[in-house]
Amino acid sequence: MAGIPHDHYEPKTRGEKWLHRRLPIGSLIYDTLFIPTPKNLNWMWIWGVVLVFTLVLQIATGVVLVMHYTPHVDLAFASIEHIMRNVNGGHMIRYFHMNGASLFFFAVYLHIFRGLYYGGYKAPREVTWIIGMLIYLLMMGTAFMGYVLPWGQMSFHGTAVITGLFGAIPFIGESIQTWLLGASAVGQPALNRFFSLHYLLPFIILGLVIVHVWSFHSTGNHNPTGVEVRRGSKEEASKDTLPFWPYFVIKDLVALSAILVVFMAIVGFMPNYLGHPDNYIEANALATPEHIVPEWYFLPFYAILRAFTADVWVVMFTNWITFGIVDAKFFGVLAMFGAILVMALAPWLDTSSVRSGRYRPMFKWWFALLVIDFVVLTWVGARPAEGIYPYIALIGATYWFAYFLVILPLLGVIEKPLPRPATIEEDFIAHYEPHTGGTKTVVNPAE
Amino acid sequence: MSHADTPEGTRRDFIYYATAGAGAVAAGAAIWPLVNQMNPSADVQALASIRVDVSSIQPGSQLTVLWQGKPVFIRHRTEAEIAIAAEQDLEVETMPDPLARNANIDGTALATDENRAMPVPEGAEGATPRAWLVQMGVCTHLGCVPLGNQAGDFGGWFCPCHGSHYDASGRIRRGPAPENLPVPVTAWADASTLQLG
Repeated sequence: MAGIPHDHYEPKTRGEKWLHRRLPIGSLIYDTLFIPTPKNLNWMWIWGVVLVFTLVLQIATGVVLVMHYTPHVDLAFASIEHIMRNVNGGHMIRYFHMNGASLFFFAVYLHIFRGLYYGGYKAPREVTWIIGMLIYLLMMGTAFMGYVLPWGQMSFHGTAVITGLFGAIPFIGESIQTWLLGASAVGQPALNRFFSLHYLLPFIILGLVIVHVWSFHSTGNHNPTGVEVRRGSKEEASKDTLPFWPYFVIKDLVALSAILVVFMAIVGFMPNYLGHPDNYIEANALATPEHIVPEWYFLPFYAILRAFTADVWVVMFTNWITFGIVDAKFFGVLAMFGAILVMALAPWLDTSSVRSGRYRPMFKWWFALLVIDFVVLTWVGARPAEGIYPYIALIGATYWFAYFLVILPLLGVIEKPLPRPATIEEDFIAHYEPHTGGTKTVVNPAE
Repeated sequence: MSHADTPEGTRRDFIYYATAGAGAVAAGAAIWPLVNQMNPSADVQALASIRVDVSSIQPGSQLTVLWQGKPVFIRHRTEAEIAIAAEQDLEVETMPDPLARNANIDGTALATDENRAMPVPEGAEGATPRAWLVQMGVCTHLGCVPLGNQAGDFGGWFCPCHGSHYDASGRIRRGPAPENLPVPVTAWADASTLQLG
């Protein structure tokens, strides 16, 4: 790996040397496992390992669920009940898979907001950020298609709504929707192809995760100070870093075990808490459930989708300026995808040269407001679109765009950042007394 | 290798372009069947038209039938409902969608109740005019099935998904939906049987 200087793999035994000449896989594993990692990483740096664990969990449970599932409109719902009642341990495996999706999104949102606060998206880590956003998009697609497979009421009508998003595209929307569904309405062709893609996409995500890890192993990990690891020499670098194994692996596993305690409690005692009872009613084209609500992890963007109705002036103006091509429906779709796009463009919208929010006194407050905004959007997305709720959604959606398109570009110009530590080592000593795990040989910088 | 200084392309340039062009065509030809297989298959495309016996539908009730995989609302309206729809006709110019969206008449026709309701069947001239309203039961916003029986604030239908209100004539009045509920190709096969498609 390029970047931070460190010891490389030396094959020692005859067997290792034999293999190394033919395939340097030992070198790859060594460099990945012993990569120098900034030693000041805090507890927000555990989500990556949690996410890898969850991806493996989802693939493992998914592969076995497929052994009992039937992707047919007449049999899908029954085959899920078959898994729940007849298959040995089937209910447990399915509950792991269902709630695993929630764990996945819970972890990914914390992972993303970690990056947003500490400026992990900034140069030279833009590619890592963009690949991460691609993974997030694929995760959403995979989760949505997985939710269709039980063929319950929410599956069915949710599919109608989500594919309807593509139908909102002017001129070609209807053809795209028909192409996606393989018919003019949701039915067997849609179920069958979603099953195929739900199986495929996790492996594409796995591939992208490898590229994601590869990219930040090339640039070096980001860290809470935003100060780069010194790369002048091996000695200098080793003052700022510790090898990933065992230090960070053990730390990540401690965090993972704590998270799994909560996860297991949910899976064991309240496995349907995050779901909707309507999805235990078999799909019926003639009756829509009282409230169509997506799973909680889609709610913020669902709220943005619904926020822009025809009586909002931006929508009316856009409608007028595009000669009626962009109506309220298409505007909502553009806003929803736009909300993710502006997040992906954060590396270029943020003009501040200071990476970490820790040293940005004004940014901190705007960021806190963004977190609140995200929670409010999640909450309002689950409310019916009546009364005061559409206004709350509109305010929330407006702030989301304002944060990325106005506040981030402006703050870099008007904000006066606080002084940053010169090195990671300095920051580490300031936070941890030497006897609490810091290095004992360190010289007090005050001397 | 660049040939910026040679005014004409060389033989090798030509071969490069020809190869790239042929490669692009071949790739497209290979990908198209993989894309096109997702379009509706022959059995799905086979257009079905159905006949619905509506003689048993009492005024004030609605029959929902499945046609081409989508629900169709067949509503037998009461005199009161027709009166509400007629009253709502006065606001037709300012409605979010002023067009009738009726596949049986001209596309530019105004969304009056007259232009949306079924005509009186032949041989039943004494029947209440505009008693029958046939429309797709698919919200024009994102495709949910609206709730009927005077649901919503306009005495018609209400879509629970995103809060679109349709009036007594199935016209969009409030909410995110852009268009009135469309009236499909429908005709009276006889005095009490409707043919869809």
